[in-house]
Amino acid sequence: MAQDMTQDMTQDQAFLELTGISKNFSLTRALDEVDFSCKRGSVHAILGENGAGKSTLIKIMSGVLQADSGTMSVEGKPVHFLTPSEAAASGIVCIFQELSLIPDLSVAENISLSNPPRRFGLIDKKHQNVIANELLARIKCEDVDPNSLVRDLSLSRRQMVEIAKSLGKKPKVLILDEATSALTSRDVETVYGLLDELKNDNVTSLFISHRMHEVERLCDTLSVFRNGRHVETFGKGERTDRDIVRLMIGRDVDAHFPPKPERKAKKPHLIVNDLRWENVINGVHLEVGKGEIIGLGGLDGQGQKELLLAMFGVLRGLEGTITIDGKLANPSSPAEAKSKKMRIALVPEDRKTEGLMLPMSIADNLIASSFNQVTTGFLIDTAKEKAVVAEGLAKLQIKIGSVDDPVATLSGGNQQKVVIAKWLMTDPEIILLNDPTRGIDVGTKQEIYKLMNELAAEGKAILFYSTDYAELIGCCNRVAVMYDGAIVAELEGDAITEEALVAASLNIDTNKGEAA
Amino acid sequence: MNSLLSQFATNVRQNRGFYGALLMLIVLFVVYNFMHPRGFSTPVLVQNANEAVVLGFIAMAQTIPVLIGGLDLSVGAVMTLTACIASELVNGSPAHMIFGMVVTIMSGAAFGFANGIIIVYGRLQPIIATLATGAIAIGLALFIRPKPGGDVDGDLNWAVTNSLFDFAETYHIFDDGKAAWFQPIAWIPVPLIILFGMAAIVWVPFRRSLTGRTVYAIGSAEGAAYMSGLPINRAKIAAFTLAGFFAGCGGLYLAIQTSSGSADIVQAGSYTLNSIAAVVIGGTSLLGGIGGAVGSLIGALILRVISFYFRILSIDPLLQTLVQGLVLLIAVSLGAIRTLRVKNRLELFR
Repeated sequence: MAQDMTQDMTQDQAFLELTGISKNFSLTRALDEVDFSCKRGSVHAILGENGAGKSTLIKIMSGVLQADSGTMSVEGKPVHFLTPSEAAASGIVCIFQELSLIPDLSVAENISLSNPPRRFGLIDKKHQNVIANELLARIKCEDVDPNSLVRDLSLSRRQMVEIAKSLGKKPKVLILDEATSALTSRDVETVYGLLDELKNDNVTSLFISHRMHEVERLCDTLSVFRNGRHVETFGKGERTDRDIVRLMIGRDVDAHFPPKPERKAKKPHLIVNDLRWENVINGVHLEVGKGEIIGLGGLDGQGQKELLLAMFGVLRGLEGTITIDGKLANPSSPAEAKSKKMRIALVPEDRKTEGLMLPMSIADNLIASSFNQVTTGFLIDTAKEKAVVAEGLAKLQIKIGSVDDPVATLSGGNQQKVVIAKWLMTDPEIILLNDPTRGIDVGTKQEIYKLMNELAAEGKAILFYSTDYAELIGCCNRVAVMYDGAIVAELEGDAITEEALVAASLNIDTNKGEAA
Repeated sequence: MNSLLSQFATNVRQNRGFYGALLMLIVLFVVYNFMHPRGFSTPVLVQNANEAVVLGFIAMAQTIPVLIGGLDLSVGAVMTLTACIASELVNGSPAHMIFGMVVTIMSGAAFGFANGIIIVYGRLQPIIATLATGAIAIGLALFIRPKPGGDVDGDLNWAVTNSLFDFAETYHIFDDGKAAWFQPIAWIPVPLIILFGMAAIVWVPFRRSLTGRTVYAIGSAEGAAYMSGLPINRAKIAAFTLAGFFAGCGGLYLAIQTSSGSADIVQAGSYTLNSIAAVVIGGTSLLGGIGGAVGSLIGALILRVISFYFRILSIDPLLQTLVQGLVLLIAVSLGAIRTLRVKNRLELFR
């Protein structure tokens, strides 16, 4: 009875409150003096475009990261979480986008992973299965055998097990980070039902989703983040879709872009038709002409990276066709993709693991993709190699001490230049760029934009994926926006605006919002 | 009943490596006994068991570091060190012998604990840390026993290297082993009981503890294990401590079996390499997360049974290493089949 009273009293007060939270990652400020709070029993949406600080925020709430400054309190008491388990002990549980399941353990073992039921100090397998069956039944996943291994489950089943695991921790605040992205429509309905149930049990749900219709259906409160700042919090229905998009954008464009190249080619050089792979790429059609820079937009994880990998021959079991210059290409490996027949280059996502061999020298890295140019028989012609390397360095104005220094000694921007130079040395016709300006300084960014223009002027076909909308607007002739593995919008010329890009990324129609 | 059967089917599917190894061992061993002139007899079984025990212990020792995705290159050396300790201590009165045995095993565990502390808090890679500590173990062994020798109790040697009947007779229990109820089990070799008994009272409970589960979680996905708040450091230290413990058991048995101790560097190295082979043949993944110590025990027995064939078929023993190498290669190739299912080739390199 007394407990009920206190619960009623705290109903309207914030359950979880953050004050003045800031977080820096080396050069970038991910969160800037953020104040945020949520109430008990609320379903609270957090919205924002890429890099708005949503992920950093929930990582701090759930103990994965620690804030540089600011305070956090639960039910008025200050807390400081050093690990995810400390946060869970206070009732804050997060369902992460990158799954936290152990693939080689069974479903039941995963569900009660960190706090299994025990008898005489040993794990009680029977009881563990009972717990798993109860939780799986609660989310209508009776078809999942608690004894099966997580690695044998499909992605959507794994996601449901992840939800069951977090329910088992008896959360007071449940954070769902894109938790519905991998689910089937039936499971999505189940999760909706679950959120209602949790609301009745006075559990707070923090809901991060890129799907506006979900947010509208489920959430009673919405908070918008932009550039690491909390912009505004409002109740459902207080803002139109159009207003929400406006709140999400409107950052200062601090980069200057060189004038775009004229679109010369009429005939497309590269045609991707009905490309499909593993439910990640769902029927992509795309054309890129010589001398064109085509942007690839959309929110993170909508299949853009996989599309680039597919075009570079990395993915197995691909359906659909990739045509180059009228001939069917479908490369079966990076080696074939870069060959004289196709002449494709890919500047990969992670330069430290996929782009460079960090301990090796700058020269070795530069020549890594074009050894065929400098070999006579089985031997590497060192004189030729020197000449080719010098040419590559000159082209990109890479500032270095000696070509024999390990590439790890260079700055991030110069490392990225080495990756780009390495691929330009193969003399490609088609250049695929996977977020090439991420984490590098403004000056080098400018040089990369300029270089893209020059390459387009030389008649290369460029496909440019970027998580930064300003870049897409500033550099591209045309932008294809991806959502859920397919291209949902193609914007051209003056139609490429930040507003249109954000709206297309969320797959919503802003005009409809205006009318309502 | 049906669900029990389907549960068993699930279990077999999930532990293909282990059941494959078990089947291979049974086939190899039964065929061997048919070919042996005195096959299916207690003396043959006793002799076989004696040859397999030490490698069985060392293979179990190796399993646990492998499960966390590491490798312990010091297991053979710790076995040698503890055998030298045992050769000094396991003699005299029964109380003194028991004291000596406990000290021997505990010094193995302590050495493993030190390995764990160095690896966890020194943030070293297990393979290089144990390469170094293994050399230290050999050094200590040479210090204790510069020349082979020692004095291990003769009765004890006889009792634990023969059948249960001989054990009872030596210590005058169960009417000198002639009690009627004792007869159905009197033929079982003591070494097998020691080996499987240790696995049952140490490994099985460990696997069912939170620390044991964390060992599997680390090898499977260390990031996810951290995010789930599992005790990672504790599990890593426990893994190496247990490795030292089992290596100590192996060393103790080796000393009792040979009635002596010897700081034999070549023997230490060969046991370490064979332990890795046994672990892999027994269905444990070198990447970690999959497998178990019982599988490695089976793997060790398979390696030994293969060597028995050389004796009865009078094949040149020089070929033995070659055949063992081929068996290992086949076992590893079967394990690599799963990579054919990987759809994103970049994942092959992670």
